[in-house]
Amino acid sequence: MDNINQKDYYEYVKKKMPKPNYVKNCIWAFVVGGLISVIGQIISNYFEKLGLDKKATSAATAIVLVFLGAFLTGLGVYDKLGKRAGAGSIVPITGFANAIVSPAMEFKREGFVLGVASKMFVIAGPVLVYGYGSSILVGIIYLLLKR
Amino acid sequence: MAQKRLGKQTIVFQNPPSIIATATIVGPKEGDGPLKDYFDLILDDDLWGESSWEKTEAKLQQEAVKLALTNAKKVTTDVDYLFAGDLLNQIISSSYAARELKIPFFGLYGACSTKTESLSLGAMAIDGGFADIVVCVTSSHFSTAERQYRFPLEHGNQRPLTAQWTVTGAGASVLSSSGNGPYITHVTTGRIIDPGIVNANNMGPAMAPAAADTIIRHFKDTGFKPEDYDLIITGDLATVGKEIAQELMAKEGYDISNIFMDCGIEIFDAERQDTHAGGSGCGCSAVVFAGYLYKALKAGKYKRIMLVSTGALLSPTIVQQGESIPGIAHAVTISTEK
Amino acid sequence: MEFLKAFIVGGIICVIGQIIMDTTKLTPAHVLVLFVTTGVLLTAIGIYEPIVNFAGAGATVPLPGFGYALGKGVIEAVQKDGIIGAFTGGITATAGGVAAAIFFGYIMALIFDPKTKQ
Repeated sequence: MDNINQKDYYEYVKKKMPKPNYVKNCIWAFVVGGLISVIGQIISNYFEKLGLDKKATSAATAIVLVFLGAFLTGLGVYDKLGKRAGAGSIVPITGFANAIVSPAMEFKREGFVLGVASKMFVIAGPVLVYGYGSSILVGIIYLLLKR
Repeated sequence: MAQKRLGKQTIVFQNPPSIIATATIVGPKEGDGPLKDYFDLILDDDLWGESSWEKTEAKLQQEAVKLALTNAKKVTTDVDYLFAGDLLNQIISSSYAARELKIPFFGLYGACSTKTESLSLGAMAIDGGFADIVVCVTSSHFSTAERQYRFPLEHGNQRPLTAQWTVTGAGASVLSSSGNGPYITHVTTGRIIDPGIVNANNMGPAMAPAAADTIIRHFKDTGFKPEDYDLIITGDLATVGKEIAQELMAKEGYDISNIFMDCGIEIFDAERQDTHAGGSGCGCSAVVFAGYLYKALKAGKYKRIMLVSTGALLSPTIVQQGESIPGIAHAVTISTEK
Repeated sequence: MEFLKAFIVGGIICVIGQIIMDTTKLTPAHVLVLFVTTGVLLTAIGIYEPIVNFAGAGATVPLPGFGYALGKGVIEAVQKDGIIGAFTGGITATAGGVAAAIFFGYIMALIFDPKTKQ
């Protein structure tokens, strides 16, 4: 087995690998992602009715959705949802909460400073780095173009 | 001149050690699988009263060794060497179990190949006249492996169909220079074979060439043929890897399809238990061997088997650096006759 | 009607994520980075705002919506505060969601223990 051609082997393996059920996965992602968005809309409408302005409404909605994602993660339910829903539970902002809460819970046994607080961003960190980073770039470019 | 060598990678024992007793302790999922009647102890939950899964895994090893020694009518002070390993960083499950057992300790890391690695070295220590009683134990735990290698348990990620389920369990074997078998008669030590797989969810295909390489090398070194064996069983190639290994061997002229099984496939009912490609982990071949295969050998169901634990020697760090996953497989021949 | 629009657009964005995860080697982390950055860029060039006006939460709940809040926040802040705004705009606009995640994450870690998968 010393002379395996890695490229050929990879093609051979690819043919043998079971393929995911694309249709089923997409339907689940669509339905769950859509439902979470509808829940977000209901929450948003409620805050608007309370008289909050647009900015406050969107912040309040985000906070409530994050709480829901965090709570369902704490209950141990969000991972069961994610198994079926895939991107339907990862892409909405509730998935962002799940990505922060799940390692926070996981590493509790290693303490609250080096465990919980430090590992909280192990999955969601890239979202913040690239999100904030790209917004700063956009801001700088916008400034330069405005001149 | 080394006198007990056969060919390039195999040794044959002059005084084959006996496996005089074994013990297995498994988690609830394994205890709900097809082999549940063969395990000594099935846990109700995955913590077993401990405050963390890592401590639970150390307890699994420790108690499996104690149970195996009880089955062998021996005590820890009778044991000359403890060969142990697991999947965790710095093999802490083995070290912390050994701390309690106080047996002279060799810690091993072979990933999921550690069971046969430990049996190989234990048998060599006995046949070489360096020991009379040796214990070989390996363990794995689903939760400790997920934390270290993959995602936090509450994270809503989807496991692909090629992913394998790490077995929660420890399997211990007591080897002796005197006994009535089953005997370890031959050991073929594997070399690392890297076929270039980079996806850590694809471990079966990463290890299959190593398994094929070691098994073929065993046949070439010993002159045995597939007909000389009742069973050849790999550690955790799972469904995709097993098929690949079988085809790789067939290409070299070795047809083992009638006698080929895989511990990762046997330990779970993939459909009912939703374990995708099959079980994996050091504990997989350890509990399947120490539970099911050992009892089958003693009952006369098999006369001669080849146990080939297979390991994927990756770390998350090096895979993130772009490296591929190297595999290794160690084979031991276990026979009811010397 | 607005619920239907939210459902469909939110669903479609998730399906795109699912297709990427199923057909490429990209992991969920890569997909999230891709989506948030795309949200920022599409907002900057003015494409995402109409989608938000059309679908409401269907565009703001999925992660590109986080990028939308970032993008909108930074452009408004730059208009008001110049270069300082480039740094403060995004983070201020999304402060609520991120602070909530940190705070509730800590609390959930306090109260709950992780359970193994079945």
